Amino acid sequence: MNHLITLPIILPLLLATLQLLPVFEKSIERQRVISLVGSLTLVIVSVALLMSASAGNVTLYALGNWDAPFGIQLVGDRLSSLMVLLTSLLLLSANLYASAGDDNQGRYFYPLMMFQAMGINGAFLTGDIFNLFVFFEILLIASYSLLIHGGGKHKTSAAVHYVFLNLVGSAIFLFALGIIYGTLGTLNMADMALRVRELNESEIQLTKIGGMMLLSVFALKAALLPLQFWLPRTYASAPGPVVALFAIMTKVGIYSIIRVQNLIFGDSAGALTDLGQDWIWVLALGTLVMATLGVISAPSVKRLAAHLVILSVGTLLVAVGFGSANSLSAALYYAVHSTLAGAAFFLIGDIIAEQRERSFDRIVAGRSLAQPMSIGILFFIAALTLIGMPPLSGFIGKFLIMKSIDSSSALVWAWPLLLIGSLAALVAFSRAGSTLFWRSNGKPDSSKASATRKFIAVGILLSAAPLMSLFAGPITQYTDATVEQLQAFEHDPTQIMAKGVQQ
Amino acid sequence: MELLISLIIGLLTAVGVFLVLRGRTFPVVLGLTVLSYAVNLFIFSAGRLVIDGAAVLKSGLATPDPVPQALVLTAIVIGFAMTAFAVILAIRARADLGNDHVDGRLPEQSGEQK
Repeated sequence: MNHLITLPIILPLLLATLQLLPVFEKSIERQRVISLVGSLTLVIVSVALLMSASAGNVTLYALGNWDAPFGIQLVGDRLSSLMVLLTSLLLLSANLYASAGDDNQGRYFYPLMMFQAMGINGAFLTGDIFNLFVFFEILLIASYSLLIHGGGKHKTSAAVHYVFLNLVGSAIFLFALGIIYGTLGTLNMADMALRVRELNESEIQLTKIGGMMLLSVFALKAALLPLQFWLPRTYASAPGPVVALFAIMTKVGIYSIIRVQNLIFGDSAGALTDLGQDWIWVLALGTLVMATLGVISAPSVKRLAAHLVILSVGTLLVAVGFGSANSLSAALYYAVHSTLAGAAFFLIGDIIAEQRERSFDRIVAGRSLAQPMSIGILFFIAALTLIGMPPLSGFIGKFLIMKSIDSSSALVWAWPLLLIGSLAALVAFSRAGSTLFWRSNGKPDSSKASATRKFIAVGILLSAAPLMSLFAGPITQYTDATVEQLQAFEHDPTQIMAKGVQQ
Repeated sequence: MELLISLIIGLLTAVGVFLVLRGRTFPVVLGLTVLSYAVNLFIFSAGRLVIDGAAVLKSGLATPDPVPQALVLTAIVIGFAMTAFAVILAIRARADLGNDHVDGRLPEQSGEQK
């Protein structure tokens, strides 16, 4: 068996544990070295995984050598490899950014970041739905602690909401799993896809209830309309590098929706085909409306960034809810773009808050920034790509999504809302940019300049915008092939059921 | 027995949901605990209820499905850790914010005081 696929889970686990040993626990410098080297290694591992996946290989790994429906398996296909690479890139940039000093505000910053990365990677790689729950809990408990890293009233009160909400979410997740196990008798996602086709009438009703409950839990993680109110406050109060890694968390929810919708409740599922798809479509449109209002009314840069995350969730789920192969492929491109650009913008907001002292990142006239020029350039690039202006990746992503929504009845709803969302972002960015950079008093005070490595971290994330636009061809080929692969799995789920090595 | 078990689960869930919707952190934490009891019982019964079955394996006797039991163990451990975290967070919030309301501030009217 190819053991490479276990590394994105095991490596962060080992590194986090290593950093808790006395030799490293006392020295933040040593932790920094380990974390940076570790996250760089993770990027390399994920690239290797992606190379293998893009050659068409599906890596199946039977944990403990148990054959598929009985043991837990890891599935490294195109979709999960892409998401794992995205996580590693975010982790590297967030750790690089934090190593400038943010990691010192509380204890155990790096171990928690590693545990969180482990949970996220595990959620992407697992092929077992109960294991998905376990990895959700790992990433959640790490995120709970990271959220209050550094302390402070705002963080505590935001964390109370976030933690309680997610604990209720976990309870509903377990109820859903109980119902689904009761009717399907399996937890392996590929096996579930097979069993769903042989249900009788009464079991179909129960499975429908379980499936919808599952969907609502994923919608909570993804921040879909009625369940998105927790996000702005939580994300705006979290420390910069932490929230940069959080940018992938809504995508974990969206990934799970895509996985479950396309594998278990796919075209062959009989009465359960596309379960909840209409709901996703309608609620995603509603999310766009709410996010548009939020973007216009955002009082601070980080709030703006948080509402932009919701806007991207709405955009993505509109494409997922539309449910054609093209729209799904476009959604995957947009997911990569919006994660990287969103994380970069959070970090920019954090730099602004750090340099403006009393007015923080609020969008009001205040003291001049210490480095208006370099921050301004980064802000401008981030704004362009997040609004969706050519020539950067945001434009291509949005264009692909709009092009893929080609039926006239759907188009009437989706196009105006998507475009108005972009317009709102344009207005909000112009207002924020002109206030922050032009309506300031005092000379730039270079003694308050931020560390160069913070700018490098933002630069790594933002460089994706021109690169993804430059290499849009190969990337869309990859996402097209990803959707084809998902459809092939749906057609014949047995091909992603791992077989243990015969002794 | 099915009726009894389902009534218990239903009652626990109702109590849990009611408590989770309260305004102060202590009832909410209690509610989450009760809710996790309901969840655990529910998963346990998802493997079908068997009376007078074999504890592990015995020919001629019905054996209960072992998978939900393993799931319940995992769920109990996770639920326990999460509840511990929620308790600590609630205490921290009480210290940081000066009150034990989930919003961090008391509502304007004191009508919902308990």
